[in-house]
Amino acid sequence: MQQFNITMNDRLLAGRSGQTILDVALANGIEIPNLCHDSRLKPTGSCRLCLVDVQGQRAPVTACSFQVQDGMVVETDTPDLRSLRKTVLRLLFYEHRGSCTTCDDNGECRLQQYAYDYQLNTDVLDRPPLPSVPNYTSGNEAIDYDPNKCIRCGRCIRICEEVQMDSALTFRERANQVEVSTAFGMPLNESTCELCGQCISTCPTGSLYERAAKERGQCKDLVRTTTTCPYCGVGCQIDLNVNHRTNQIVRVTSRVGCVPNDGNLCVKGRFGMDFVSSSKRLTTPLVKQNGTFEPATWNQAIELIAQKISETKSKYGADAIAGLSSAKCTNEDNYIFQKLFRAVIGTNNVDHCARLCHASTVAGLARAFGSGAMTNTIDELREAECIFVIGSNTTEAHPVIGLAIKDAVVNRGAKLIVADPRSIDLVRFAHLHMTQQPGTDVALINAMMHVIFSENLHDKDFITERTECFEDIRAVIQSYTPQQAESVTTVSADQIAEAARIFAEAKTASIVYSMGITQHTTGTDNVLSLANLAMLTGNVGKESTGVNPLRGQNNVQGACDLGALPNVYPGYQSVEDEAVREKFEKAWASTLSPDKGLTIIEMLHAIETDDIRALYIMGENPALSDPNLTRSRKALEKVDFLVVQDIFMTETAEYADVVLPSTCFAEKEGTFTNTERRVQLVRKAVDAPGQAQGDWQAICQVAAKMGSPMQYENAAQIMDEIASVSPIYGGMAFDRLDPVGLQWPCPDRDHPGTKYLHRGKFSRGKGKFHPVQFIPADEQTNDEYPLILTTGRQLYQFHTGTMTRKSAVIDQVSPTGYVEIHPGNAKRLSISDGDSVEVATRRGRVTTMAKVSDIIEEGWIFMPFHFAEGPANMLTTDALDPIAKIPEFKVCAAKITPGQ
Amino acid sequence: MTVLELLGSMGKVTPGDLIPILQEVQNQYGYLPQGVLLEISEHTIIPASRIYGVATFYEQFHLEPRGKHIIKCCRGTACHVRGGSTLIKDIKNELGIDEGETTEDLQFTFETVACLGTCALAPVMMVDDKYYGKMDAKKVKTLIAELRSAVKETA
Ligand code: SF4
Ligand code: SF4
Ligand code: SF4
Ligand code: FES
Ligand code: FES
Repeated sequence: MQQFNITMNDRLLAGRSGQTILDVALANGIEIPNLCHDSRLKPTGSCRLCLVDVQGQRAPVTACSFQVQDGMVVETDTPDLRSLRKTVLRLLFYEHRGSCTTCDDNGECRLQQYAYDYQLNTDVLDRPPLPSVPNYTSGNEAIDYDPNKCIRCGRCIRICEEVQMDSALTFRERANQVEVSTAFGMPLNESTCELCGQCISTCPTGSLYERAAKERGQCKDLVRTTTTCPYCGVGCQIDLNVNHRTNQIVRVTSRVGCVPNDGNLCVKGRFGMDFVSSSKRLTTPLVKQNGTFEPATWNQAIELIAQKISETKSKYGADAIAGLSSAKCTNEDNYIFQKLFRAVIGTNNVDHCARLCHASTVAGLARAFGSGAMTNTIDELREAECIFVIGSNTTEAHPVIGLAIKDAVVNRGAKLIVADPRSIDLVRFAHLHMTQQPGTDVALINAMMHVIFSENLHDKDFITERTECFEDIRAVIQSYTPQQAESVTTVSADQIAEAARIFAEAKTASIVYSMGITQHTTGTDNVLSLANLAMLTGNVGKESTGVNPLRGQNNVQGACDLGALPNVYPGYQSVEDEAVREKFEKAWASTLSPDKGLTIIEMLHAIETDDIRALYIMGENPALSDPNLTRSRKALEKVDFLVVQDIFMTETAEYADVVLPSTCFAEKEGTFTNTERRVQLVRKAVDAPGQAQGDWQAICQVAAKMGSPMQYENAAQIMDEIASVSPIYGGMAFDRLDPVGLQWPCPDRDHPGTKYLHRGKFSRGKGKFHPVQFIPADEQTNDEYPLILTTGRQLYQFHTGTMTRKSAVIDQVSPTGYVEIHPGNAKRLSISDGDSVEVATRRGRVTTMAKVSDIIEEGWIFMPFHFAEGPANMLTTDALDPIAKIPEFKVCAAKITPGQ
Repeated sequence: MTVLELLGSMGKVTPGDLIPILQEVQNQYGYLPQGVLLEISEHTIIPASRIYGVATFYEQFHLEPRGKHIIKCCRGTACHVRGGSTLIKDIKNELGIDEGETTEDLQFTFETVACLGTCALAPVMMVDDKYYGKMDAKKVKTLIAELRSAVKETA
């Protein structure tokens, strides 16, 4: 990269090779009007508004596409340029009909702003709109396209193609009939559109707008609060646009340039906020009396909780009480929750749903590397030479990370290897797709290592200098030939060998995985295998490499970091380590239990044996999310005393004795930690409904009633305490988190945070190889249950749907659950697409709709788990990984029969 | 030739080949059937939206079935002042369709154009590549009747 000196309007500015004049101008606060430019897109220079004079050029050039050169002299604002631009603007206004007075985009629209800046004559403004005729967005709940306001800049079409890579849009017709359209003008939801709303985000006028936001407040009157998306672990920065007259979130936007999402969002972040102002929100504490909920005051409810917990403790001991903390809540909420259990109640029985998603990651990566988190940063994926995605449907479950992967492949020449039993969307971009049978990942990865080792492609220096126990795995991987793996995984030996070579020969190779790896009885083994593969090829501790588990929930990383786990205090400090325990006893002025607590599934099983008598659940929904639901629900029914603190009356809350109404992310201050270890701010944008209170505030009241007051003025103060007890968060403080957050480990206030882990040295010193043998899945198919059922998620819904299913946009595209079945199997069972079918396993049966598709291989079926009607987890097994205690959601034996 | 055979005969297909592909399809079907275009998109890396954009951009492409005979009528000034608009009405009446439409028996497509370039013969209409000048209602009737019976004979 070369540094250039540029003179702009007599100012001397610094620029770099590859930058355009507009880039340099904007970076230095010099405004040049522009309408077809978006830094996320390749420049087209089509609107001609950004014309500037460059010394030595005969005519003005377009600043958005003209690259800077050393010594360049630029004028951006001369009378001639102004009059030129005015003419251009007048022409643009001939495309535009309608009045700013009644337009939603008033205050945000660029065309409006320039009309003012350049004082256009009123003859071109406010021309009456043409009557509306149906277009590709008619009837769509998410997006509204108004051709009257369209200036044909093409940004929507380009972003859909270049960033989202969906190519749903095009211009149609020619001359003065040009309009934006889908192919054949088909309704948006029938096209390839994923409802990301990127097209709205780039539209410079009010032409594309959120349909539901219309007439609910003009942009000029909306107040924007930047906060962190409450859905997945990507941690997109979103701006909640609030109309304070109605206390409602009108629309969600995101700023171009923000980290990690650069103004891009997915359908959930952009259109999934209806839940905040849903009339179904809990607004008052509820106490169950004779089987029905009665409203209570906070005082009554807290008193009851404190009394019951104290009673249970004195009768059965502290270990008869257990708590489920929440990956949806803030770091501060989680810290206070586990502190209540450890310091006030006196037990380590705290866990949360990370048990069900990435417990095996935490266990596996801690053993291999010493730290159980994503090693590298999302943005580094863009520069990787090879990306190996295994067991992650990235474009659906972590859509904005999917964008980075697609960018790496399409624009930067990365090679993508996908290993997934289903033909997920990423396969469109892959060099190689391996469809391994669910539950055979260890065999696949061992065989890849076999090829790498026997073809001498491993990184000997890295192995010698940075790792230990390599000898232990040598014999194991030598015994896994690709031919043998083929018979186990159904992936051809040639494909395995090719994947191994692509991976090993790349200078930088990143592994990306998710629940397809972790949710197995061999989850920890799977993770260890991936760690072996990365170390064997020297792909850890460097930029654009690493082992990258994508975390599911917005704050599942943070809930783990803050000790909502039964074996560690905040910062992964073992409860069994005496020195650590003493430190926490001192910090919390309390005596702490030296015994590890129970994990989620163990808690539920302990209820059956009367070992757990009281359960406190904050923001989780095990009655829908846990495996083998019939058994889980029985436990919730049986437990003596159940407290549920949530924003909705969830399937779980129905079982509670006391329900406390909480505030949601949009009503509280705090932090979430995203999947790349980035601690990010959560800010209050709207007022909470009724008497709903913050989660940590409620817990502090319980503690106070139990005689151990915990007092904090605000979330920032809690973070200061976290920093003082947890070295990886040592330098975290609210005043340092704006605007891009900080990635842990961040040991002190001067530390800039850590982009990628294990640089020069692993957290545990040397990386450790673990020999891993293939063990078949716990449940095998037989004559009665001949199909393999695997479960997962889809783009539009999130987890148990408590939040997403309140969105009208999402309901329109994803109204209900289904089971995917291969056309071959469907035919033999006389099942057609859309039929009602019954899916059964050894544990239960559900009725759902058949989706006949070759996205899935023969013999395997797939169900998303979001839907309370036909819940997939009625079917899944609760067989556990022996180390991480994660259930095998991804494999069980099933059968399908046609419904009535 | 099916779409697949067509694509197969072209070697490696890139977005640059789109126009020749569309021309070939139109040669075969007389227009660009939606199903065929979707199939092309599925078997190439060319998005359906792009195909649609190109197909609607060029006047030579048609997304609707076209009649065996294309009847064009001029709506230019010279024709207009000599009864062009009545002529248009007469043709529509005779065919029972509107501008831009095709008769159900797929025999006639009717279109209007800005100027047919033979203003001296105004009002002018054109059938396939033949001009018919100084038209009136009677002549239209005879002409179309002739075309109809010719169609029947060949059938
Ligand atoms: S919402 Fe996203 S996928 Fe759909 S048209 Fe707009 S940019 Fe394309
Ligand atoms: S809809 Fe908006 S972004 Fe798309 S072409 Fe029109 S003005 Fe540009
Ligand atoms: S990718 Fe994840 S964090 Fe980003 S908007 Fe979607 S759900 Fe929210
Ligand atoms: S912004 Fe430069 S030409 Fe449109
Ligand atoms: S105006 Fe009709 S042919 Fe020219």
